[in-house]
Amino acid sequence: MSDSPTVVVEGLRRSYGEVRAVDGLSFEVRPGEVFALLGPNGAGKSTTVEILEGHRGRDGGDVRVLGHDPAESSAGFRDRIGIVLQEVGIERELTVREALEHYGACYSRRRPVDEVLDLVGLDGLGDRRTHRLSGGQKRRIDLALGLVGDPDLLFLDEPTTGFDPSARRQAWEMVAGLRELGTTIVLTSHYMDEVQALADRVLVIAGGRAVAEGTPDELRESMEGETSIRARFPIEARGTVDDLLGGLAGRATVRDGRLEVRTDEPTADLHRLTGWALERGVELDGLEVSRPTLEDVYLELIGGDPAEDPAGEPAGDGASDG
Amino acid sequence: MADRSPPRLPSRLGLLVRQVAYQNRIFRRVPIAAFFTLAFPLMFLFLFASIFDDVSIGGGREVAAAQFYAPGLAVFTAASATYTNIGISTAITRDEGILRRVRSTPLPPWVYLGGVVGSGVAIAAFGVAVMLAVGIGVYGVEVELDRVLPAVVTFVVGVASFAMLGLALAALAPTGQGAPALAQATILPAAFVSDVFMPLGDDPARWMEVLGDALPLKPFVHAFFAPFDPFRTGSAWEPRHLGYVAAWGVLGAVVAARRFRWEPSVGSDGGGRSRRSRRSQSAD
Repeated sequence: MSDSPTVVVEGLRRSYGEVRAVDGLSFEVRPGEVFALLGPNGAGKSTTVEILEGHRGRDGGDVRVLGHDPAESSAGFRDRIGIVLQEVGIERELTVREALEHYGACYSRRRPVDEVLDLVGLDGLGDRRTHRLSGGQKRRIDLALGLVGDPDLLFLDEPTTGFDPSARRQAWEMVAGLRELGTTIVLTSHYMDEVQALADRVLVIAGGRAVAEGTPDELRESMEGETSIRARFPIEARGTVDDLLGGLAGRATVRDGRLEVRTDEPTADLHRLTGWALERGVELDGLEVSRPTLEDVYLELIGGDPAEDPAGEPAGDGASDG
Repeated sequence: MADRSPPRLPSRLGLLVRQVAYQNRIFRRVPIAAFFTLAFPLMFLFLFASIFDDVSIGGGREVAAAQFYAPGLAVFTAASATYTNIGISTAITRDEGILRRVRSTPLPPWVYLGGVVGSGVAIAAFGVAVMLAVGIGVYGVEVELDRVLPAVVTFVVGVASFAMLGLALAALAPTGQGAPALAQATILPAAFVSDVFMPLGDDPARWMEVLGDALPLKPFVHAFFAPFDPFRTGSAWEPRHLGYVAAWGVLGAVVAARRFRWEPSVGSDGGGRSRRSRRSQSAD
């Protein structure tokens, strides 16, 4: 197989009215890799993926997927991709096997139905009517139907949204299995841990723009060396905090009576902080020194609030408070 | 990976045949649809047969009462199998997100819709055949052999047109839930003013006559009745009626082409970004 990228996106733009859902995204997906678009609700992930799938038009930019312009959405193009959409239905009157055979017949290449059932963990349920499956099992049919045409590229749009933790684990194992088989996968997620478990490379987007790109490890390393020191102290001390902040080596933020210092010199800064507090008789409640988690990196990248809605969508706000 | 043959898509015709068989299979597995489409009009045939006596048409000839209403009930069956069934089932599958899934496969959209229409026509043909077979075999309905062709052509034009109107209904129905009400609220009143339930030749109110003449069902009924009309001499063709039905069919096709949606209605269970966000919120 050639090493030319499976997906090339340059300067992609798409607006809904005044809202710029995707605002100049550029990235490449290489053959055989699992590429994740990570971002909060409304960041432009689904819009981007829908453009790549040929389900949505674009306002500007160049997009090539498997050598095709998806805007033309030819049958030949759809033959080579597998799509696991959100919010799709399945004929309740059909059995699992009938559904796979029926949809599989549309493709030029077909994976054997039993192999697909095995792959997604539905083996033994082929003769069951789809309406008698559980929610998680239905999602597996979605995945099975995405795979039945033996695609060169598989799109997974928020594959585990709404799953309970054990179902998520199982879904992750399935995706890991596909990756072993060499399937190129583009997935979207708003879960940092999911991306960490599955993706070879991650593009973090917020407000329709790329804010970071790299392997999960690279993302973490980009902030490595920084340690965070957190402490709470009385509000009335706030006015006198300026002399402390001036003396610290790291970056300090004060919010809601809570001080956070990100620093390359944790020992010295901790010493300055505690010295300052002892001098003034201020008790540092919940004093904490820690390395940032990948979640912290992500939150910092997207601007602090994972549920913040840059695209102005009504739902999802407040979901992450607390 | 290297031994992958160059992709060759399955033939469109083969896919179309498969789509028709698939829609037929789904229809067979929904007993309520089969009941209302096929059994319901037959019940009227039994009912009318026990109410009305044979009719004397002069010259000492007696004609079975069913001669007058079996053709109308056959047309009602055909209209239910196409307009009502296609309209309701397509709107519901759209809101269930099934049409969205279809659009993510290489299946050409027209092949999918061709399967919907082909299946509706096949079910209509089956229903009409059963209705006429019972009419002829049990109730003594008669049709002359040289009038079969006009009946068949009328059937084809009628079901093709009503199938297009079914797609238009699906396109215009705001939600899948609203589609059955919209279908019944149009087809049942139309049937009452189109000589479906009443034997032909009654003297209806003027407004019923005007409404019946304006809608496509009555011309379909009259054109299909002509080959069975015992009073009629000469040609059994009704080109004017057929043309009028076909014009409605074209109108339906234009509306469907312009307004048809593959994505679930906003606010329905099937999709929409608000729903997606709501679900992700609850998952956090």
